[in-house]
Amino acid sequence: MAPPNNRRPGFSKRAQYSIFASYLLGILGAILGLLLLLISFIDPQGFSALRTIGAETMAPVSKSLSEIGGATGSAGYEISAYFNAASKNAAMQQELEQNRIEILEARALRQENERLKRLLKLNEEEPDSIAMARLISSTASSSRRIATLGVGSNSGLEPGQPVRSPEGLVGRILETGPTTARVLLVSDGKNVTPVQRASDSLPAFATGRGDGTVDIQPINIGSNPFKGGDLMITSGSGGLYSPGIPVAVVIRKTETGAIGRVLANPAKVSHAIVQPIFQAETMRQIEKTAATVLKQGTGE
Amino acid sequence: MIPSLTVVIGSMITALPIITDYPILPPLGLLVLLAWRLIRPSYWPVWAGFPFGLIDDIFSGQPFGSAAFLWSVIFILLETVDRKAVRRDYWQDWLIASIAMIIVLISGMLIVDFQSNLLRVDLLVPQILISILLYPFVARLIGAIDNWRVAS
Repeated sequence: MAPPNNRRPGFSKRAQYSIFASYLLGILGAILGLLLLLISFIDPQGFSALRTIGAETMAPVSKSLSEIGGATGSAGYEISAYFNAASKNAAMQQELEQNRIEILEARALRQENERLKRLLKLNEEEPDSIAMARLISSTASSSRRIATLGVGSNSGLEPGQPVRSPEGLVGRILETGPTTARVLLVSDGKNVTPVQRASDSLPAFATGRGDGTVDIQPINIGSNPFKGGDLMITSGSGGLYSPGIPVAVVIRKTETGAIGRVLANPAKVSHAIVQPIFQAETMRQIEKTAATVLKQGTGE
Repeated sequence: MIPSLTVVIGSMITALPIITDYPILPPLGLLVLLAWRLIRPSYWPVWAGFPFGLIDDIFSGQPFGSAAFLWSVIFILLETVDRKAVRRDYWQDWLIASIAMIIVLISGMLIVDFQSNLLRVDLLVPQILISILLYPFVARLIGAIDNWRVAS
């Protein structure tokens, strides 16, 4: 620990000036940082190129390590299974969880089918997957919840495409690089997912809370119909996510809505599936309308 | 050269396949930077927080400019503290580093979304605790690297 005393300027004018200059540069750095921050608020995608370069350069490391990580992760799991029950309890529990989710998903699908049959002749194509990949890293030290996916625009990925796993919705593509893509997770505070209750298609919005849970607000404010255990699935409104993907399970009621636990825990998701945008045509039209509205707004 | 390299490597830790639902990983770039700054107070100029912050922003996922701003502010504060301080010991270093980390982590969270995050700052408690407990180990490691750097 070097004592700081030797840095006192004394009466030398020159030393005092140099200290003043260094402070000035420091403050200038802070102001520049603040300006950059302002720019990234006005245009959140503005610096995506830099982030993409960062992700791309680190991708070989992330990808190779995530392979090893998967192996060690499962080894730890085996050991824990041995200590916990000395049986296949853990494996069975996993299977049970899987079955439960599949049953819920099937129920949601059946309901969706009924709805579509009622609407008649409106046939929506079952979206198939564009790509399947591992989540190779995440913003584990930041309060934003963004993960990096091991595939990118070379495999046909575009911003906005939904990412899911067998357990449920993981998030949507935010930025793409040639071989990596950044996924905005469902639990991120800036991610709003249009959802509905699986049992009676009650529409709601799920906003991330940054800790693996979502804040569920019903569209009809005033009543609070949620109860613990309610399954929330994507509603398909907005045209981004195809309907029927499990999103969250209600764990707690709040004053105006409910708190839900996200079903697809990104830490446990081994493979994520990227799907095409549910109604790409609608999305394009919305963007077009928004652009013209914006133009008119600035014109007047 | 070596000190700068270790800070950048610290910032790049987020590239490891650590996928969490929760901000839990300590900001290692900041920890390493603070360790260097407190072990060798005159090694870097006051403005050094800015470039290191910029590099950290590329990897952290925070809005671009957030670390550049916060780390600059921390460096200015540290410089001021250094000029005022009469004596300095290990415990003081730990305290200063802890306060700096708490400032950066909480401000970083508030920068992301001030209104809704103000009510859930408690989310950061585990990360802050881990960061504070990790600092002595990082400082020890950086001290060892510094000894080796000076010797060679």
